[in-house]
Amino acid sequence: MKTQNNRGWFFVLPVLLLVAFNALIPIMTVVNYSVQETFGNNVFFWQGLDWFQQLLNSDRFHAALGRQFLFTGLILVIEIPLGIIIALSMPRQGVWVPVCLVLMALPMLIPWNVVGAMWNIFTLPDIGLLGYLMNHTLGINYDMTQNPLAAWVTIITMDVWHWTSLVVLLSYAGLVSIPDAYYQAAKIDGASNWSVFRYIQLPKMKTVLTIAILLRFMDSFNIYTEPFVLTGGGPGNSTTLLSIDLVKIALGQFDLGPAAAMSLIYFAITLLVSWLFYTLMTKDDAK
Amino acid sequence: MAKITLSNLRHSYYPNPQGPDDYALKEIDLDWEDGGAYALLGPSGCGKSTLLNIISGLLIPSEGRILFDDRDVTKLEPTQRNIAQVFQFPVIYDTMSVFDNLAFPLRNRGAAEADVTRRVHEIAEMLELTDMLKTRAAGLSPDNKQKISMGRGLVRDDVNVVMFDEPLTVIDPHLKWKLRSKLKELHQKVRATMIYVTHDQTEALTFADQVVVMQDGEIVQIGTPVDLFERPAHTFVGHFIGSPGMNLLPCEINGQSASFQGQPITLEGAITKGEGRCEIGIRPEFVALSDKGLAAKVLKVSDVGRHSVVEAMVGETSIKAIVEGETPGQGADVHLAFDPARTRLYRDGWIATEAKQ
Repeated sequence: MKTQNNRGWFFVLPVLLLVAFNALIPIMTVVNYSVQETFGNNVFFWQGLDWFQQLLNSDRFHAALGRQFLFTGLILVIEIPLGIIIALSMPRQGVWVPVCLVLMALPMLIPWNVVGAMWNIFTLPDIGLLGYLMNHTLGINYDMTQNPLAAWVTIITMDVWHWTSLVVLLSYAGLVSIPDAYYQAAKIDGASNWSVFRYIQLPKMKTVLTIAILLRFMDSFNIYTEPFVLTGGGPGNSTTLLSIDLVKIALGQFDLGPAAAMSLIYFAITLLVSWLFYTLMTKDDAK
Repeated sequence: MAKITLSNLRHSYYPNPQGPDDYALKEIDLDWEDGGAYALLGPSGCGKSTLLNIISGLLIPSEGRILFDDRDVTKLEPTQRNIAQVFQFPVIYDTMSVFDNLAFPLRNRGAAEADVTRRVHEIAEMLELTDMLKTRAAGLSPDNKQKISMGRGLVRDDVNVVMFDEPLTVIDPHLKWKLRSKLKELHQKVRATMIYVTHDQTEALTFADQVVVMQDGEIVQIGTPVDLFERPAHTFVGHFIGSPGMNLLPCEINGQSASFQGQPITLEGAITKGEGRCEIGIRPEFVALSDKGLAAKVLKVSDVGRHSVVEAMVGETSIKAIVEGETPGQGADVHLAFDPARTRLYRDGWIATEAKQ
């Protein structure tokens, strides 16, 4: 007969409490808000799924979501290949390895609001180094407070500067774990540089690249601080990404119900895309 | 297919080697005949992998030349030398099927797809991989992966030499034996020159027609497995090959006679001229327990299955004898007799008796 020992549950209890307080309870509060309307004073009216319906039909939400996907898509398309190329060209042994690694890690160590402030000053047309150079030396009209294109170029460049290092470091870790024998065998088999990349380096980097893409997707999809400090969502609404819009609704307009509904949809999209991506990437390994 | 000549080869991993100790390879002169099965045998760090990498072109030697037939290939890239190498750990291309793995070296060289298919099937047949050709290589067991590595080495029929760098290290013991005989069989089928690097004497002696024994960056003896066993040219070979290794007894030389602890010992032949520290070498297989001979006391008897190894002390020196059948007990007094035809003299490590004709 199998003996039942329920003492195991006690060991799970601390984690359960932790998860309850940092995830379950907050999210249930949001769920609670999302189906009600409030005018303050802790008075609530039942609203059902109205907020969800309204949001899903709102042009404002569609536009912000579109901008969000555009932003995330662009930075992934730039950061992933760029990160791989930099990792491939980094030395694999010698005195320059630690130097390169530290230089690479540097941007990631800077606090996010500082990054936003730095790039803001950097691009000011009158005193910023880049802004002055573009407008006064090169004669290109570059002002992100006026021109939506300039604002987009700036937030994309800023994110690439801030986060490509993550892709570099993860890819590099994948690269250095490849034993020399693989390169030697490929040489003897007469493989071209492209073949070495395609059949040795890329497959060996696959796991870390999956993690890199997943992290970069989640982080960039939820990005708030940097564009908020840099452009504040402007000019107009041109760089109002989902999180910025959400904060405007929740704290600017104090529409807690719609904001809660938006949070849940936002969360669901992030979760869904991450899950889809991860399932697709690891599908082959299960075979 | 080609004869490979190594001429005055030396290699150092230091940019400015000072003394002989800085050389990983010291002065190698060697011919590998076309179609031969060679083993390169020696302990870890003796320079055998260095030598292999120099032949394959992964390493450029500090000095000396490598000739394939009469063509100097010293400075050529591995691709241009047309060689194949199988590494210690199986190298496979994870994302490809077994078929594509085997086809890779051919396709890289622009072979026609019909030839590729024909060659891959031939090789897969030899290595018993035919029924896995369509599976992905990543999920296979280590011995199958190593078979694929070997297959990639053998798939080109025009290679000058196929080299194996301790290829059975990661293979389970019972499969080791199987792969080893497979390799021998393959050599007889494809008749390519093969060089097999190992520190395992059993692997070397079963695979090779000619065994090259290396120590400290030098070749100490080249010979058939029987030569190495019967008449080691150096005490290192005597010690390294055989289980247990050769007995070495410090001795006195007086003209043409040798004596060990005052007892005269009959040698195989005349002693060559020279000065240096002398030792008598005799394999345990040729030491017998008898009524007369060297008086000794049994220290230890180990039963290794088919026979027993008796370790007996003569004064301070221990001598091992391989005994079949009954063995004396521990502490027993015995007499040891040497087979004179197999008793050799070594001076400073090198053989110093003339062989009987």
